[in-house]
Amino acid sequence: MSAGALTAREPAEQQLAGHHSTTGTKAQGGSLGWMVLPALLFFAVFAVLPLLGVVALSFTNWDGIGAISVAGMDNWLAVLSDPVMYNAVWLTFVIMVVSWLVQTPISLLLGTFTAGSQKYRAVLAVLYFLPLLLSSAAIAIAYKALLDPNFGLAEGLGLPFLAQDWLGQPQLVLFLVIFVIAWQFVPFHTLIYQGGVRQIPKSLYEAAEIDGAGRVKQFFYITVPQLKYTIITSSTLMVVGSLTYFDLIFVLTAGGPGNSTRILALDMYLTGFRANLMGPASVIAVILVVVGLGLALLLQRLGGKNAGGSQLEGL
Amino acid sequence: MSVTLTKATPAALKPAEPAPNRGLGRRIRKLNLPGGLAGWIWLAVIIIPIYYIVITSFKSQAGYFSENPLAPPSNPTLDNYRMVLEADFARYFLNSALVTAGAVLPTVLFSFMAAFAIVRGRGKFLKLVNGLFLMGLAIPLQATIIPVYLLIIRLNLYDSLLALILPSIAFGIPLTVLILANFIRDVPDELFESMRLDGCNEWQTMWRLALPLVKPAIVTVAIYNGLGVWNGFLLPLILTQSPELRVLPLALWTFQGQYSVNIPAVLASVVLTTLPILVLYIVGRRQLLSGLTAGFSK
Repeated sequence: MSAGALTAREPAEQQLAGHHSTTGTKAQGGSLGWMVLPALLFFAVFAVLPLLGVVALSFTNWDGIGAISVAGMDNWLAVLSDPVMYNAVWLTFVIMVVSWLVQTPISLLLGTFTAGSQKYRAVLAVLYFLPLLLSSAAIAIAYKALLDPNFGLAEGLGLPFLAQDWLGQPQLVLFLVIFVIAWQFVPFHTLIYQGGVRQIPKSLYEAAEIDGAGRVKQFFYITVPQLKYTIITSSTLMVVGSLTYFDLIFVLTAGGPGNSTRILALDMYLTGFRANLMGPASVIAVILVVVGLGLALLLQRLGGKNAGGSQLEGL
Repeated sequence: MSVTLTKATPAALKPAEPAPNRGLGRRIRKLNLPGGLAGWIWLAVIIIPIYYIVITSFKSQAGYFSENPLAPPSNPTLDNYRMVLEADFARYFLNSALVTAGAVLPTVLFSFMAAFAIVRGRGKFLKLVNGLFLMGLAIPLQATIIPVYLLIIRLNLYDSLLALILPSIAFGIPLTVLILANFIRDVPDELFESMRLDGCNEWQTMWRLALPLVKPAIVTVAIYNGLGVWNGFLLPLILTQSPELRVLPLALWTFQGQYSVNIPAVLASVVLTTLPILVLYIVGRRQLLSGLTAGFSK
């Protein structure tokens, strides 16, 4: 993501720089460099250093309290031969892909809808935002109550098929997790699409209308292509964000039943802070970082070189 | 407000009259059936759980077991809320507020300075820093939690509010810098030029020109970061231990563990901890929504 985005932006920046050097409004880099230092210091100490540290720790043994000793490749060999880790990678992947497939069409449709000029649509947009005010912990706790087969929503709505043991059945719990994630995050992506749709020039729709294109055609031939960069932005946030569903799943299922919702981030936490195996947990963390970076690069490829830059600028 | 105005002045009524017609035509032309259907269904999906949470929090335990789950409480009670407040939630609220303010102010200030330098300055160093921050966006920072834990222990900060504040600042910086840089980039060159002609250096330009112009973006990133820190769970879970240092999400979780049989009380804790954010949302809604749409779909 970063490297490609930079290269994609470079020509523009050079142009800008050239432009500035002729007019002389742009300050010399040296005189402004110190302004990034506070931000850089925090980022270096609490993000870059830990990032290097996690690689180092993956070659050590540590129980979280005592001394740290060198372990060589042991942790890597142990984790890479552990089916629980592969299961965690698979679950992370499934939740990511299905969440994307569920959330993107809904957000796109709702974003297009709420971008309309009618007042009630704006009111709906305000209400859609409510789940974003709740913490993941609060949402997970609330859903535990909502899902009670006797005193929860199923009983209240009179829909007995909803009265399942959602948190106890390995086959069901994944659907539930994906639903709750959508409940929490669709509002945010709706908002992003709403902003994107509002920036599409009206003239495009007017021209399409003259050509006799109906609403559906307009949606697929104007709205969706015009939202290309918005879709990439939203998808990037969704995909990279999906690696961080830790809070919600931890409180909702704690990875269970069995290991059926033990995603990578949870696998890392449980291995490190519950089983006190910081070395293997660091291996899992490195895998998490590699997956995150790989996905970001992949998304950028999908969006094309220019799209990557625009997408980041568009953020 | 505009409604009262039109009513008050009869003259204003006349030009308003053709509007309904035009509005109707527009509405028919813009009728969006699948969108509308999805819109109302999603509203139900969102509102029904929230409604359930709120009404259940006012039920007595007996009411919870006997009434229809979606019926309003027949004997509404505040006992659940009293119970939550007695469980020291005022302290947890204060902890959350301290951590949020302590993290958001430096995040926004340092990010603004960095964004200004990245947009206005030149040279390899600034480009490198920008690339570093961009990379931070692609990395799930919670993967660094184990070394952060080690670092916090070594800094003798384990089990303190500062332990939550420092990493939160670092984690918030990449996206904040990116959004603010986008807004500063939109400031017309001529304005910078005129500041220069007025004899202002870059430091003065930053405070007198850039800051007022990107103020909406500053408020947006402050709210966005604030929500993230306020609702954060992983850092408090790992970096604190003492009950008196709990922040709200962690307190919710432990409260739920202790009172898992008393669902109305648990849901009262959910409502109570969301209330401050809801008030802020109502006050700053316009700013937040317009800021977020501008910030993310520019």
